[in-house]
Amino acid sequence: METIDLTKSSLRDLNEILQRQSEITNQKQWEVINPKGAHAVAVGLNAPLELSIKGSTGYYCGGMNQKANIKVYGSVGPGVCENMMSGCVTIEGDASQYAGATGQGGLLVIKGNAASRCGISMKGINIVVHGNIGHMSAFMGQSGNLVVLGDAGDALGDSLYEARLFVRGNVKSLGADCVEKEMRPEHLKILQDLLNRSDANADAKEFKRYGSARSLYNFDIDNAGDY
Amino acid sequence: MTDHRKPHTTPVKSWTFDDHTNSYIRRAAATGIYDIRGGGAKRRVPHFDDLLFLGASMSRYPLEGYREKCDTSVKLGTRYAKNPIELDIPITIAGMSFGALSGQAKEALGRGASAAGTSTTTGDGGMTSEERGHSTKLVYQYLPSRYGMNPDDLRKADAIEIVVGQGAKPGGGGMLLGQKISDRVAEMRNLPKGIDQRSACRHPDWTGPDDLEIKILELREITGWKVPIYIKIGGARPYFDTTLAIKAGADVVVLDGMQGGTAATQDVFIEHVGQPTLACIRPAVQALQDLGMHRKVQLVLSGGIRTGADVAKALALGADAVSIGTAALIALGDNDPRWEKEYNKLGTTAGAYDDWHEGLDPAGITTQDPQLSARLDPILAGRRLKNYLKVMTLEAQTIARACGKNHILNLEPEDLCALTVEAAAMAQVPLSGTNWIPGKPDV
Repeated sequence: METIDLTKSSLRDLNEILQRQSEITNQKQWEVINPKGAHAVAVGLNAPLELSIKGSTGYYCGGMNQKANIKVYGSVGPGVCENMMSGCVTIEGDASQYAGATGQGGLLVIKGNAASRCGISMKGINIVVHGNIGHMSAFMGQSGNLVVLGDAGDALGDSLYEARLFVRGNVKSLGADCVEKEMRPEHLKILQDLLNRSDANADAKEFKRYGSARSLYNFDIDNAGDY
Repeated sequence: MTDHRKPHTTPVKSWTFDDHTNSYIRRAAATGIYDIRGGGAKRRVPHFDDLLFLGASMSRYPLEGYREKCDTSVKLGTRYAKNPIELDIPITIAGMSFGALSGQAKEALGRGASAAGTSTTTGDGGMTSEERGHSTKLVYQYLPSRYGMNPDDLRKADAIEIVVGQGAKPGGGGMLLGQKISDRVAEMRNLPKGIDQRSACRHPDWTGPDDLEIKILELREITGWKVPIYIKIGGARPYFDTTLAIKAGADVVVLDGMQGGTAATQDVFIEHVGQPTLACIRPAVQALQDLGMHRKVQLVLSGGIRTGADVAKALALGADAVSIGTAALIALGDNDPRWEKEYNKLGTTAGAYDDWHEGLDPAGITTQDPQLSARLDPILAGRRLKNYLKVMTLEAQTIARACGKNHILNLEPEDLCALTVEAAAMAQVPLSGTNWIPGKPDV
């Protein structure tokens, strides 16, 4: 285990050494202590590292992650794992706005709550939130799965494309073109797998599925009031 | 026989309800949908044509054409980047997407720009291997939609351009209509084939310049602080927008006036939102000067740059380089009269064709149709673009030498006068034949 203390090392040094690790590195175990809310911690990683961050971070923690498994023992600021490509990131605390924004792959697990716009423009990422999520989550979500064990705020899935949304609690309101859909066996399978992988003690059958009605896919003047 | 009818005056059409306006009303009434088109503002606005260079005479001496050197090289991104972009000429190619343009057109842009010693720029939809392969210097646009965005391509870029807005539609997003969504475009953008693809109007993971500063930090950390970060803004509030871009940490500010083109947006947006390029440049330069950052943060101006004279005038007013989009497409073959019969079939004429979103471009440039795209030879088209860039550079050099400048960036506002009061006010140079700059104390 290599430990990097952010009160002694600069952010640049931290990211540079983590980004330098290759696919076949033997040094896979890393720990960051004293992040003290720093922004852009552990961004652009591209190797199968096991990274523990002991404390809370600022914006864009784990941004554009590829392959690395990151655990944050604290809360994270806006844009955690934005545009993540692969790997797994677990947040033990809460996440601020735009968690997993535009993420294209991998698994983001938020053990606490996530604020507004969680999964905005998601493009393949899987996001599991153990708590609640804020308004406008999964806005323009293209693909991937957003799983919420708690409640969802206003306008869930507004202007949704093909992302799948699973919510166990209440949905305050659905956004434009987002509708409740039938939960079929293939969805239950996907959902239960994500719940199991994200250490969530829940049964897929307790959830409802939401998706796109696909009525806004091609512009129609008669839908102008929905935009 | 005597004609007892009362005489009529000749028929007069309304200035307010002219033929175009009436056709607009009829079209709107028939379809129920606004008009979407490509390109930039077509209306007449004060522009570089309204400025003249004074040239050298008794008080200034010129440089000898073809003999005395007039340097045209520029360096962009000197503020923070380890590897600024060094260009042979001060004319770059603006961001245009694969999707909006055919693969052949993107390749041609890369070939032409590289042969002329300058950079080209990706667009919405990500970076294609052809484009990277044929572009010596490639700027990677980081757009609100993040279509096709991935860190591997980000690291391959020579610079990153964060697009906040563009001149044709400041405050607006985009729409790539379903008919242009081929299999490859759909795959790159991770959306179903054939549906309209909305490009968001603002970024999904930051709001405002304070956030943007942190976003730039993230991008620099991911790319090792090696490549310059540009911020592209539309011509909305150029003084404040430039100030905030500098504050957010930009290495380069790209400022796009309302004549700058777009692949597709509402005609009403293009013609009625944003400011002319000429009106944008001086407030932007003033912002740079007020912060002591002129020439330290480079300013790239775009929107209606067509000739070497336009280039020289933009640089004289304080830009470090210019960027061309529409002009580059015309150099490739867009709107060429050779396709007139086919333009006629589409209900238009060469020079006016702007339904780029429909994917039926006879010139094979703004289309994803394989047969139409095949009409564009990327090698030949690339050569045409290189020629055009060279001509513009020679023209700008000619003017710079005539003004006694041994580097094109030594051109200055003092070298200019304006033909109209409006242009004098916008460019803040004297009205021709006077020492009057509207809004300024007499000099």
